Amino acid sequence: MKQKLVIIGNGMAPGRMLEHLFDMDPDAFEVTIFNAEPRVNYNRLMLSPVLSGEKTYSDIITHDDDWYRDHQVTLHKGARVSQIDRNAKAVTAENGITAPYDKLVIATGSLPIMIPLPGHTLEGVLVYRDLDDVEQMLSAAKAGGRAVVIGGGLLGLEAAAGLREQGMEVTVLHLMPTLMERQLDPTAGHLLEDAIVARGIEVITEANTEKILEKDGRVAGVLLDDGREIEASIVVMAVGIRPSTALAASADIDCNRGIVVGDDMRTSDPDIYALGECIEHRGLCYGLVAPLYEMAKVLAENLLGGTSEYNGSVTATKLKVTGIDLYSSGDFIDDEDREEIILRDGMAGIYKRLVLNDNRIIGAVLYGETSDGPWFFDLLKKQTDISPMRDTLIFGQAYQGGAPLDPTAAVAALPDNAEICGCNGICKSQITTAITEMGLTSLDGVRAHTKASSSCGTCTGLVEQLLTVTLGDGYKPSAVTPVCGCTDLGHDDVRHLIRARALKTLPAVMQALEWKTSCGCAKCRPALNYYLISDWPAEYEDDYQSRFINERVHANIQKDGTYSVVPRMWGGVTSATELRTIADVADKFNIPTIKVTGGQRIDMLGVRKEDLPAVWADLGEAGFVSGHAYAKGLRTVKTCVGTDWCRFGTQDSTGLGIRIEKFMWGSWTPAKVKMAVSGCPRNCAEATCKDIGIICVDSGFDIHFAGAAGLDIKGTEVLGHVKTADEVLEHIVALTQMYREQGHYLERIYKWANRIGLDEVRRQIMEDAAARQGYFDRFVFSQKFAQVDPWSERVSGKDKHEFMPMSDLTLEAAE
Amino acid sequence: MSEVVPNWVRVGRLSDIPRRGARRVRNGAITIAVFRTAENRVFALEDKCPHKSGPLSQGIIHGDCVTCPLHNWVISLETGEAQEADEGGTLSFPVKLDGDDIHLDLNFPSSLRKSA
Repeated sequence: MKQKLVIIGNGMAPGRMLEHLFDMDPDAFEVTIFNAEPRVNYNRLMLSPVLSGEKTYSDIITHDDDWYRDHQVTLHKGARVSQIDRNAKAVTAENGITAPYDKLVIATGSLPIMIPLPGHTLEGVLVYRDLDDVEQMLSAAKAGGRAVVIGGGLLGLEAAAGLREQGMEVTVLHLMPTLMERQLDPTAGHLLEDAIVARGIEVITEANTEKILEKDGRVAGVLLDDGREIEASIVVMAVGIRPSTALAASADIDCNRGIVVGDDMRTSDPDIYALGECIEHRGLCYGLVAPLYEMAKVLAENLLGGTSEYNGSVTATKLKVTGIDLYSSGDFIDDEDREEIILRDGMAGIYKRLVLNDNRIIGAVLYGETSDGPWFFDLLKKQTDISPMRDTLIFGQAYQGGAPLDPTAAVAALPDNAEICGCNGICKSQITTAITEMGLTSLDGVRAHTKASSSCGTCTGLVEQLLTVTLGDGYKPSAVTPVCGCTDLGHDDVRHLIRARALKTLPAVMQALEWKTSCGCAKCRPALNYYLISDWPAEYEDDYQSRFINERVHANIQKDGTYSVVPRMWGGVTSATELRTIADVADKFNIPTIKVTGGQRIDMLGVRKEDLPAVWADLGEAGFVSGHAYAKGLRTVKTCVGTDWCRFGTQDSTGLGIRIEKFMWGSWTPAKVKMAVSGCPRNCAEATCKDIGIICVDSGFDIHFAGAAGLDIKGTEVLGHVKTADEVLEHIVALTQMYREQGHYLERIYKWANRIGLDEVRRQIMEDAAARQGYFDRFVFSQKFAQVDPWSERVSGKDKHEFMPMSDLTLEAAE
Repeated sequence: MSEVVPNWVRVGRLSDIPRRGARRVRNGAITIAVFRTAENRVFALEDKCPHKSGPLSQGIIHGDCVTCPLHNWVISLETGEAQEADEGGTLSFPVKLDGDDIHLDLNFPSSLRKSA
C-alpha cells in the first residue's frame, strides 16, 4: 500500500518538490495538499507583471487542475489547516477536512510584516503577498488617486511600479537613505532611485511614517514624523516578510524565527519535513526562489529514502520591473582585505561593481546591464580563482577567451566599423585612418580632425586606446593632471561635463564620469561639492560630509582640536558695543587668546567645539554674523578710512568696502577670496596684493586683481578703470563669478587668471558688456541661496550632532 | 593576573551618526571617534591621529578610511593604521551593532588584541 504524504501549503516550493518526486517515482506516495488559498499553484514571482498588467492570472499558473488529476493528487482548495495531531498522525483543516499522514510536509510560507502603525487596520491598507492582494490593488487602482507604498525594497518597488502602470500616482516611502540598501550599494541605490523617479514615481528616503490617516473609516493618507502629510487612497505595506510558524509551533515542533530544519529538511519530528520560506536552516531564513528550489530537490530525494543534504544557499536578487536592469548577489561592503573592480559607462547608464577577496568574487552589483549576472554569480558560488582573467573580468563572459586579454587588445579586436564616438557617429576605421594618414599623435589631434571624443568625452578612453594600438609607443597621453586617484579627468573636464550633461548630484557625477571608487576621496569630494554648488545653486543640496571640517562647522580647527571664531566686521569697522560683546564672550567661555588678524578682524582662539553654538548665540545677539574666516569664499574686504577722516582720501573707501562685503558675503568660491579698498594711491589697505583690490583716485576707481601675498608674492594686475562705485561693484562681482565658474578647486584667482590669460579676463569683464551682465546676474541668483548666516542657523539647532559628543561614558559611570 | 573580559558598552544609535560621518564618545581621559561609512559599517578609533594627535572624528570619510583634518594623513577605519607612505596607528575598538544600537568593547582596543 502506498504511503500517505500530506502537504500543508501549495506555493512554489512544494510545487517544485512534487515535480521532482513524481519524476523520480510517480507511485511512491498518495499525495494530499491543503491550500489556504482557493487556487491551484501559480508562480508568485510573476505577481508583479500581473499587477502591472503585463500578464494575467492564467498566464502564471504553473500547475492547473489537470496536472493534479493526472498525478492523482488530492487538492483541497481554500482549506486552511488548523491542527496537526502528531500522535494520531493526522491534520485537520478549519473546514473540518481531516487527512492522516505517514509523512507530512509543512510549507506554510511566510506572512507579510504589517507595522502596527496607528491606522494600520483601516480599509485601504494593503500588503503585497498573494493574488488576493494584487486583485485588491487592481480594483483600488481603477478608482485612481495616490498610492503610498511603505518600503523601498524589492517588493515595495515592484508594487510601486505596477501601481504606476495602472495609472495611479505613487509615492514610495523608504526608511533608509538609499533604496534596496540590503541588496545594493549606495551608488546603485541612487541610480535605481533616478530610474524610479523617471517613471513618475515619487521617492522619499529617510521617511519615517508616524501614522496612517483616516477619513470616513478608510485610509486618507500618511503622516511622517517630520510633519509631512501625503494624501493617499491606498497604502501598501511592503516592508518584509516573516516565516509563518504558528501552525508548527502549536504542534510543539521546534521553531525559532522559522521552523527549524536540519540539512535533511526534517523538523524536530522525524516524520515531519518543512521547506520554503517558513523554515530556518542553520540560522538563516530565505525569501527568494532559488534556495527554495534547492530545498525542494533535497526534500524530494529524502522522502524517497535518500540521504541528500541541503547546505544553505548563496542568493542573488533581480528586480522585476520592466526597463530597469538590476542584479545583486553576495557581499559588497568595502573592507580592508577586499578589492573592488568598477566599470561605469555614464552614457549607457551602466554601473558594475565586483568585490573580490583573495582573487575570488564575493559580491557583485550590476546596474543597467545585467546579462553577465548569472556568470558572475556562478564564479561567486564556485569561488573560482579569477586571477587569470582579472583584467577583463568586469567586461563579462564574452571577453574571456583562451588567453587573457588586456583592454587595449579588446579595442584592437573591435571590427573596423565599430562605433567609437556615439555623439558624432565616428567608427573605429575613421579614427585609425585619420591617425595614420594625417600623422596625428594626440587626443586633441583626433578630436580636431574626426570630432571623436569632442562632445561628451565618454569615449576618450577608447580613442586613447586606439592611439596606442595605432602608434604603439609613439603615443604619449597628454599630461592632464587628474583631480585625484578616483578619476583620469582633470578639473576642466569635470567642470565642463558637469554642465554639459546637467549632472546635479555627487552620485550622478561619479556615475556619469566613471569614477573609479564607489564614494570618492577627501580630494575629489570637496571639489565636486563646490562645482555642484557653483553650477546648480538652486537645485544642489550641499553635502556637508564632503566638506572640510572648517566649512562643516563654520569655524577654524586648531592644532589641539579646539576652534577659532572670527565674527564679521564689515569693512573692518567695529564699535564699542561689538568689542564689549567680544570681551564678555571671551570671559564667559574662557577663550584663551584674542588676536587681531591680517584682514582687519578679531580672532577668538581656543573655543571648545561644544561651546561653539553658545558662543555664536551670544555674538549673534550683538548683531554679529559669521566672518567666514574658514571658507573657500569671500573672507574679508579690508579698507582704509578714506574721505571720512583721511586728509588724502579721494573716495569713501570704507563705505565702498562695506557695500562690497554686504553684497558678496556668503558666496562660495574655488579658493579663498580676499579684497581691499584703498582711498588713495598711498594704498594703506594694501589692495595691490589682494585677489581683488580697488584703488580710489580722483577720477574714479582702478580695479586690480590677481595679486598674492602668501606662498607666492605677487603684485596685482590692473583690470581697468571705472568712474562710479556702482560700476566697481558690477565689475568685481562679474570677475568673481567668472572665477567661480572657471576656477579649479583650491586655485586662487592669480593662478586661474594666469591659466586662462589676463587679457581674456579683461576682454570679458571690461569690454564685453553682455558677458559682464551675464556673470553679474548669475552671481546675484546664486546669492539668493548662499546668503544665510550659518551661525544663526546652528544656534537654532541645525547640525546639532556636529557639536555634541554622542555620549559621555564618564558621566554615565558616575551616575 | 586576571583575564581581560570584554566590556561591551552601548554608546548610541546608528541613526545618531550621519552617513560618511563620525561622532565622539567621551570615556574619561580618552575620546573615541565612532564612524559610519557610506555602506553603513561602523568603526571606532581613538580620536587621535598617530601623526600629531589630530581629531580623526573631524575628518572626511571615504571608503573605509578617514583623512585627518590637520595634515591629511589617511587612516584605516578598520585597523587604525596610517595608509600609503605614512607609518603609525591609533587604537581601534571592536564594534557590535544590535539593531540600531552601537556597542563598543572598551576592554579590547587593538593594542591589547595584538599582545594577547
